[in-house]
Amino acid sequence: MPNRVAIVGIGQTRHRSTRRDVTLPEMINEAVREALADADLTIRDIEAVFTSSMETFEGIYLPDHGAAAEIGAFMKPGFKVCTGGTSGASVVVEGFCMVAAGLYDTALVIGFEKQDCGETTAAITAATTPVWGKGAVTGAIGEFAKQALSYMETSGAKEEHAARVRLKADRGACRNEYAHLKLGLQTIEEVLKSDYLVWPLRFLDFCPQSSGACALVFATENRARKIHRKPVWIADVEVVHQEPFRAGTFGDPTGKEAYSQHVACERLYKRNGITHPRRDIDMAEVYEPSNWEEMSLYEHLHFCGKNEGWKLVEKGITEMDGEFPVNPSGGVIATNPIGATPTIRVAEAALQIRGDAGEHQVAKDVKSALATALGGPNWTVLTLLKRTL
Amino acid sequence: MPERVAICAVAQTRYSPDRGDVSEGELAYEAIRQVLEETGLKLSEIESAVTCSQDFWDGRTISNMNIQPFVGAHLGHEDKVAEDGLSAVYCGMAHVLSGHHEIVLVVAHMKESQAEKSLIENCAFDPIFMRQLGLDFLGAAALQARRYMHQYGITAEQCARVVVKNRGNARHNPFAQEPLELTVEDVLASRMLAPPIRQLDTKPVSDGACALILAPKKRAAKLTRKPVWMLGASNCYEAHYLGDRDLAECRALTQAAKKAYRMAGIRHPFRDIDVAEISEEFSYQELLWLEGLGFCERGQGGSLIDSGKTCLGGKLPVNPSGGVLAGNPNQVAGMARVAEAVLQLRGEAGDRQVEGARVALAHGVTGICGQHQAVMILGKD
Repeated sequence: MPNRVAIVGIGQTRHRSTRRDVTLPEMINEAVREALADADLTIRDIEAVFTSSMETFEGIYLPDHGAAAEIGAFMKPGFKVCTGGTSGASVVVEGFCMVAAGLYDTALVIGFEKQDCGETTAAITAATTPVWGKGAVTGAIGEFAKQALSYMETSGAKEEHAARVRLKADRGACRNEYAHLKLGLQTIEEVLKSDYLVWPLRFLDFCPQSSGACALVFATENRARKIHRKPVWIADVEVVHQEPFRAGTFGDPTGKEAYSQHVACERLYKRNGITHPRRDIDMAEVYEPSNWEEMSLYEHLHFCGKNEGWKLVEKGITEMDGEFPVNPSGGVIATNPIGATPTIRVAEAALQIRGDAGEHQVAKDVKSALATALGGPNWTVLTLLKRTL
Repeated sequence: MPERVAICAVAQTRYSPDRGDVSEGELAYEAIRQVLEETGLKLSEIESAVTCSQDFWDGRTISNMNIQPFVGAHLGHEDKVAEDGLSAVYCGMAHVLSGHHEIVLVVAHMKESQAEKSLIENCAFDPIFMRQLGLDFLGAAALQARRYMHQYGITAEQCARVVVKNRGNARHNPFAQEPLELTVEDVLASRMLAPPIRQLDTKPVSDGACALILAPKKRAAKLTRKPVWMLGASNCYEAHYLGDRDLAECRALTQAAKKAYRMAGIRHPFRDIDVAEISEEFSYQELLWLEGLGFCERGQGGSLIDSGKTCLGGKLPVNPSGGVLAGNPNQVAGMARVAEAVLQLRGEAGDRQVEGARVALAHGVTGICGQHQAVMILGKD
């Protein structure tokens, strides 16, 4: 029987586009200190440290080595994982495995990215094959413009629905002390006035480049209850990858639906007896680089039927005070330090379960929450959190 | 350890100076195909894959995306560990121990031939204070070699003896890239790269891949007649800034070894371990790492090589495969050490076989002057 694993400490930086005041290791250290303070532990209590980032985004090779002291890994075991956009969730999965395996009783799990010292779009372009891919890719924006277009064409969603998703995110971000973009948007028109990046994706439809870090303290069952009075349990994880050329794009104009989310959530739901996700789970923090992608994700994660994602938006179901809140933190569209982004989803979902999300705490009582990650050629990582197991 | 984890199959490509004829995925698949054939598994039966590569070296952001179709992660679990291959094996071990996965594929690939080593390594140094110094891992290793040799009176001849031994051992290893019959004089006459490190004190540019299949005890019997058991493993980070460390010491290695030994019940490494595969990118490192691993007292690495005990046929053969010096790529090196240790324990190491090997040690290292050290103990029983 594997060990049960709980999150007993949560820390984040105040995410910004540029953090010229700190080095990368110093920036990560801010999150580490917060997580340790939240757990009321010192670094001496931590047995191992696992990290994630995309090193080509900073242009720093082996960034975990350079930050060994500041992440608290000096003379401790650990390693870094790197899987693209999903990195910050992959490290949650691997940290979970390490503690569940009985190898460590406590571990720090850290996602980080300091995009102010690199050129992310150039690095993303370098993800494709050098022979026939590089000329055809323009970072993430082009991919999500295709997704937006195909979603608009197939589902019947209008630009107004996307704008409403942005307004929802911004309302959350404005209440979240850690969020990066807090725009104070009031009307749909403000979003629809913003310039196109790549048609039909507008400036306000897409996530920013942020610099920040997120650290979590994991502990085994016997330690967790002694460390924190409100441990949040990692009930299950699921990782689903698919090949680059099968998936191709997020929206898939070839007609073959991109389906890593379908497969991942079907497996996770089945194992955990979830038959009606919106009833059986209380809220979700999803990885939505754009507002259009958030509506797609509602469908892919089975929060609603096909082509109904925008209807959830219309009915306000995913609002902070709605029946099934999604991204009360403001989500990725407000805050995107890539290597940390999925870790933040898990952190924010855990805060909701604890009831510690402050001004962006959702109205309903959250006993279970789903955190998702999206990366690479539409890879999916899911983390299911619960107040009690 | 709570559950027993078996290594059910291992495979390596032949290490080569330039595999321009294949893509990274094709290279990895050369090793993957062999472990699948050996275990009778289909790619679709792999429950999770742990890969090991570096975006910087592949020149590809998300380097694991490259090899996705080749590791069986179609609609499955794959994660990439961005350290040396031994830490990827460690991660795979946790997958099995956690009870969340049973059949785990671990793969490392690297084509050094297509990258600029010095430029990449320079990017590992602190960008504000140290990068401008122009240091790479060779330059830093030269500082470490000097410090170690000065502190303990280790001689260039003793380091050269490591090269003679390992390159000589490589003659019996069909996967080795550059087996050579050398004398100490040959090594000392080779071109100086960064004093005191000469051309033959380090490894050649190398391309290759390595793959393993892991499974819990209950599944292992169906996959192999000769399971090799993971008895203990750990890794450890040292400080980053060279000035914060005494480079003649290797505390992180000692710490990692201590934990791995405790898990495996090893009390006297020299007596309890039959064969060791050590990651020595530079000749002095085999001596220094052997000290860190507790095979001899501090500063006695030189006398240990002089004694002949680490030769094939000695009391503790070290790197009967030829080690990293005979040509292993970065990242793959630590996993190749595990693969070689497994071959030894299965009695399948051919002419480099250590007779009666029952317990083996594999060691991997990542970063500047061995900043990140990893140790794994494997056993036949």
